[in-house]
Amino acid sequence: MAHSAVPVTARWPDAASAVLVLVLTLGTLGAVAWRAEWDAGLASADWAAIRFTVLQALLSALLSVLLAIPVARALARRRFWGRQLLITLLGAPFLLPVIVAVLGLLAIFGRAGLLNDVLASLGIAPISIFGLHGVVLAHVFFNMPLAVRFILQGWLSIPAERFRLAASLNAPIWRLLEWPMLRAVVPSTFLVIFLLCLTSFAVALTMGGGPRATTVELAIYQAVRFDFDLGRAALLACIQFVLCVLGAALAWRVTGNDPVGTGLDRVVQRWDLARPAVDYCVIVLAAIFLLLPLAMIVLRGLPEVLNMPVMVWAAALRSVFVALGSAALCICMALALALRGGLMVSVVGVMPLAASGLVVGTGAFLLVFPFIRPADVALLVTILVNATLALPFALRSLAPAVAQIKQDYGRLALSLGIAKTSWVRLVILPRIRRPLGFSAGLAAALSMGDLGVIALFAGQSEETLPLAMYRLMGAYRMGSAAGAALLLVALSFALFWICDRWGRTDADM
Amino acid sequence: MLICEKLVLQQGSFSLSADVAFAAGKAVALIGPSGAGKSTLLAAIAGFLAPASGRLQWDDVDLTDMAPGERPVSMLFQDNNLFPHLTAAQNVGLGLRPDLRLNADDRAVAAIALTDVGLAGFDDRKPRDLSGGQQSRVALARVLVADRPVVLLDEPFAALGPAMKDEMLDLVKAKLIAAGKTVIMVTHDPADAQRMAGMAALVAAGEVSAPVATDVLFDNPPPALKAYLG
Repeated sequence: MAHSAVPVTARWPDAASAVLVLVLTLGTLGAVAWRAEWDAGLASADWAAIRFTVLQALLSALLSVLLAIPVARALARRRFWGRQLLITLLGAPFLLPVIVAVLGLLAIFGRAGLLNDVLASLGIAPISIFGLHGVVLAHVFFNMPLAVRFILQGWLSIPAERFRLAASLNAPIWRLLEWPMLRAVVPSTFLVIFLLCLTSFAVALTMGGGPRATTVELAIYQAVRFDFDLGRAALLACIQFVLCVLGAALAWRVTGNDPVGTGLDRVVQRWDLARPAVDYCVIVLAAIFLLLPLAMIVLRGLPEVLNMPVMVWAAALRSVFVALGSAALCICMALALALRGGLMVSVVGVMPLAASGLVVGTGAFLLVFPFIRPADVALLVTILVNATLALPFALRSLAPAVAQIKQDYGRLALSLGIAKTSWVRLVILPRIRRPLGFSAGLAAALSMGDLGVIALFAGQSEETLPLAMYRLMGAYRMGSAAGAALLLVALSFALFWICDRWGRTDADM
Repeated sequence: MLICEKLVLQQGSFSLSADVAFAAGKAVALIGPSGAGKSTLLAAIAGFLAPASGRLQWDDVDLTDMAPGERPVSMLFQDNNLFPHLTAAQNVGLGLRPDLRLNADDRAVAAIALTDVGLAGFDDRKPRDLSGGQQSRVALARVLVADRPVVLLDEPFAALGPAMKDEMLDLVKAKLIAAGKTVIMVTHDPADAQRMAGMAALVAAGEVSAPVATDVLFDNPPPALKAYLG
């Protein structure tokens, strides 16, 4: 009889996690496929939605990457005060609730925003942010920092010795070192962002709309909420699924990067830096583009925080509850799957990446609708879906840590007879505090800011904070919306910070 | 007595056969070129590698199908012998209770064992606050308290300096063998074998030879050992 090289743990937690993920991804897909009205076929509006979805994602990814290259280049070769802080901030949009960023962008580019104030004083007609360019603008705001981090990583992965060698040979650094690096890094970055933009419902909801700027996900939402045409919603959900799978299949082949990677505090030493002014201009412009909308949220939100309607506070409480529930569920599932390891787990772990919150939500809606009023289970479904959608990120940080512990201490534990719960309690949990805290914080923050499934399910009394904020914006109560935005962003970052902090303190490595 | 009865171990194309017995309460050094299978034999005795055929027996108990944690065997590896997040006393306590639910008696036993290996009062230190030699002593204290008569040493002192390594070998001799443990240790250094063990067994050419007195083995080395010693 061969013995496993790692201590045995109970089987049911990972089986239960896998089943939940499969139900929420394949199960909901089955539901939409079954309910889809295939006979109706695609109307011209549907084709327009597909075209718009792909077009905006292509443009967003292209612009994000193009703008990111000079920023990453400048960051890679300049050392200045606040550099590390700026790089840390580049990771922030990942945690920033979409709706908050949208409100911040509206404060700059919106109808009553700073830009139009300036234009008006110059006697130029105001511009409108809504439509394709608004969607792309918001996507660039979110994904340009991500692209900068990916590309900066590429720049810093070029060994310093090569720069030295190139300098001593007086060889063209661009052609010899930088171009090959970009050719390797840029396509994968582009695809990841393209995929993210295919499934960013909240941006389309707030910045898009109308026949010329409706994404497939937005069309699903409208079919459920306004027309209550579930057959059409299901058909659209199938289309969205196909789009996501095609995108994910492309991205899967070319990626493996960590979206919140660390180790970017190095500066490449260079000998060919004639014009620092250009680099610093690029850095300042990027910083303004990223920080100004956030500053506007704080500026406009701060005076409003204390006189927000009670329903905002109630929604905030609900959101914290959802975020904590979803984070707890997410890390339990990730831990169970990571303890199991193996191929099944990596498959289950990436499936949610190809899932769109709206598709999962539509499927869940179809599954519960015949039995319960969807609003009654709005928060529960939101917790389940958010936990599942955050699972790949949690697994990406937990699975390698658990695998390393197994490799380092598995045999020792086995020979000592440490098994099952003792192995998890005595060895695994104390040693994965860092990734555990980080994953919990990530899952909590992502869930806190999520405006997807909840929009399909919730009535007035199940509103989460992002949804309450969206409805305030819809009612043109911009002051209260700004207050809610400030509260939302503060809660999101606080949840992440507390969890991450917990993981860092007293972690004996 | 630990008996390897017509044991055949296989890993890919590598194969090792062992038909030998290790006397209880004695120390045996396994010596031979690297890659000969010394560690493979230990892994099989510890239960990490299932034999392709043959049986493994401790006195009257058949170990062949037993899980590693159930065997009467403690093992020290080349590294990672302590859990870095647990204190010295807790690491020793794992030898008493693998679930670490220690009562006052257990804690007293662990403290005595630490004193025994020269670490009195080090109970609450964590491995990062201990030197390499002290870490090895904690691991030895754990082996000492565990109710397991066989101890396998897979070069756990290889990373220590020569003087420290000799000190550890002397400690193994003074504590483990004195406590009646059966020690089987891997080494590729003849000096270690001579210092520590009364017996030595050659592992070479896919076969484990029967243990003989160390002096005898080195005074009159078989051709395979002669080739290895150079």
